[in-house]
Amino acid sequence: MAKLTEIRWHGRGGQGAKTVALLLGDAALSEGKYIQAFPEYGPERTGAPVQSFNRISNEPITIHCHAKNPNVVVVLDPTLIGPVDVTAGLAPDGIVIVNTGLTAAEMKKKLNLDGRKLYTLDASTIAKETIGRDIPNTPMLGALAKVTGLIKHETLVEDTKKKLEKKFRNKPEVIGGNLKAIERAYNEVQSD
Amino acid sequence: MAKVLDDAAKAAQGRSALRKALTGNEAVAYAMKQINPDVVAAYPITPATEIVQIYSSYVADGLVDTEFVAVESEHSAMSATIGASAAGARAMTGTASQGFALMWEMLYIAAGLRLPIVMPVTNRALSAPINIHGDQSDTMGARDAGWIHIFSEDSQEAYDNLIQAIRIAEHPEVSLPTLVTMDGFIISHAMEVVDILEDADVKNFVGTYKPERTVLDIDNPITMGGLDFTDYYFEHRRALAEAMINAKQHILEVAADFEKKFGRKYGLFEEYKMDDAEYAVVVLGSTAGTAKVVVDDLRAAGVKAGLIKIRVFRPFPYDELAESLKGCKSVAVLDRSDGLAGRGGPVFGEVRSAVCDLEKKPLTVDYVYGLGGRDINIEMIKSVYKDLQEIAATGKRTLVSYLGVRD
Repeated sequence: MAKLTEIRWHGRGGQGAKTVALLLGDAALSEGKYIQAFPEYGPERTGAPVQSFNRISNEPITIHCHAKNPNVVVVLDPTLIGPVDVTAGLAPDGIVIVNTGLTAAEMKKKLNLDGRKLYTLDASTIAKETIGRDIPNTPMLGALAKVTGLIKHETLVEDTKKKLEKKFRNKPEVIGGNLKAIERAYNEVQSD
Repeated sequence: MAKVLDDAAKAAQGRSALRKALTGNEAVAYAMKQINPDVVAAYPITPATEIVQIYSSYVADGLVDTEFVAVESEHSAMSATIGASAAGARAMTGTASQGFALMWEMLYIAAGLRLPIVMPVTNRALSAPINIHGDQSDTMGARDAGWIHIFSEDSQEAYDNLIQAIRIAEHPEVSLPTLVTMDGFIISHAMEVVDILEDADVKNFVGTYKPERTVLDIDNPITMGGLDFTDYYFEHRRALAEAMINAKQHILEVAADFEKKFGRKYGLFEEYKMDDAEYAVVVLGSTAGTAKVVVDDLRAAGVKAGLIKIRVFRPFPYDELAESLKGCKSVAVLDRSDGLAGRGGPVFGEVRSAVCDLEKKPLTVDYVYGLGGRDINIEMIKSVYKDLQEIAATGKRTLVSYLGVRD
């Protein structure tokens, strides 16, 4: 990974693209890293294509422009592939992680990868089975942590738990479900 | 000796424990919580909404002693803040863009009455057309309103500047309202690493507000804002100018004390690799951080590039800036607002004025950029430094350009 890692999350309004960027930023901070997490603000509405971003570095980050050349692209919703050019600007040695029920080999045909590495995870199925709803952001965060090594497994679990405990004080089942989703993501993410 | 070590160890521990991931709005609201003003009167507006929203939750949760006044407009927000301040309270509000514009006549009244109100503003474009994104046109319009005007590069600076602003505004020889700004969305909604100070340290640093006179002091009755015609108005405006000009030294004193206590250094502007710089960019706010990356790259390639980030726009540091720029061959000002008259934005006018009496003047140019939140990236800033090298080599220049616009 480069000294400064840029991550672009593609999702649809309501899938937690903004929240997952905040979760990742917080988890990386608790490992002593410097971070940024920011969504792209537009006329957001449920179901519309949205993006959010992270920058993670061992050094302080001063750059404040858009992240146009990410090292990692995470696609929370495979129906965005086509209508949205998800690999636009992706670094030549960058990687793509897609939430899909297809195998990595099948998904590879749909993307303009140009030799770049692809990982897949059926995060929607995992989310439905663990959280009870198709909110694929935390399993995809688990997949990202596993394939990039940007944050340690135990940091991610502890930090996500802490963060969700604040947000879902009255829904403990949501917290457990999310943590189970992260575990499964670690075991089930595939490479091409 | 043992005690010193203990304290140092404790301080180091405290520092790491207080490192947080916060958005600009969260950092500013947190600073306000630690300042714990007597009165906050506010009305929400994007992208400053969260400041007011988070602060009102601090009030509801009993974490601050503030009287929160939920007003019906920004004009009323500033009016209520003025009233509270005139009554001797430490009073704050926060806003952006159209809300700031609606405060207009009251901004001048706050300054004319010499009320030390501190107001964070999340810089945003002005309508029309409707745009909610980062742009410095809103507060730039108030440059002659008599408010001290401090810009912040990131969330950390917004937090630090707001705490310092209380001391600056309330200094008896300053007694001026003070704006602390950050770029809308780019900073206000981006989560970054912010080192938070201890509550007690902020409390001690800002101290207690002891106004010299208030309208509620019945033993020493005074009138504020009375008629002031041809007899004294001019003298009062002259005194206002004098207070603003003299504020510079107090801003620096407060910065020096802040650095001594908390280790972070602030000045009227920041010089980045300016020592032997031949080509300099002058900019305000978040773009300075992106430009620093460009300066590093150019320096690595042997180009003598430098950067000045203006922190204090009012009072403007004319002499200090001229001193810093006098060795440069060419200087580009980046303006995130436009004067709409063919001579660039407001920063350009000030920088030109600062250098115009130098014996050996650098060639100056302006780039209006980023209006309505339009992104300014590394390549664009690189192109500015490339222009500066050509200008220095040929002596030819385009005085004002629009950077990143589709002409």
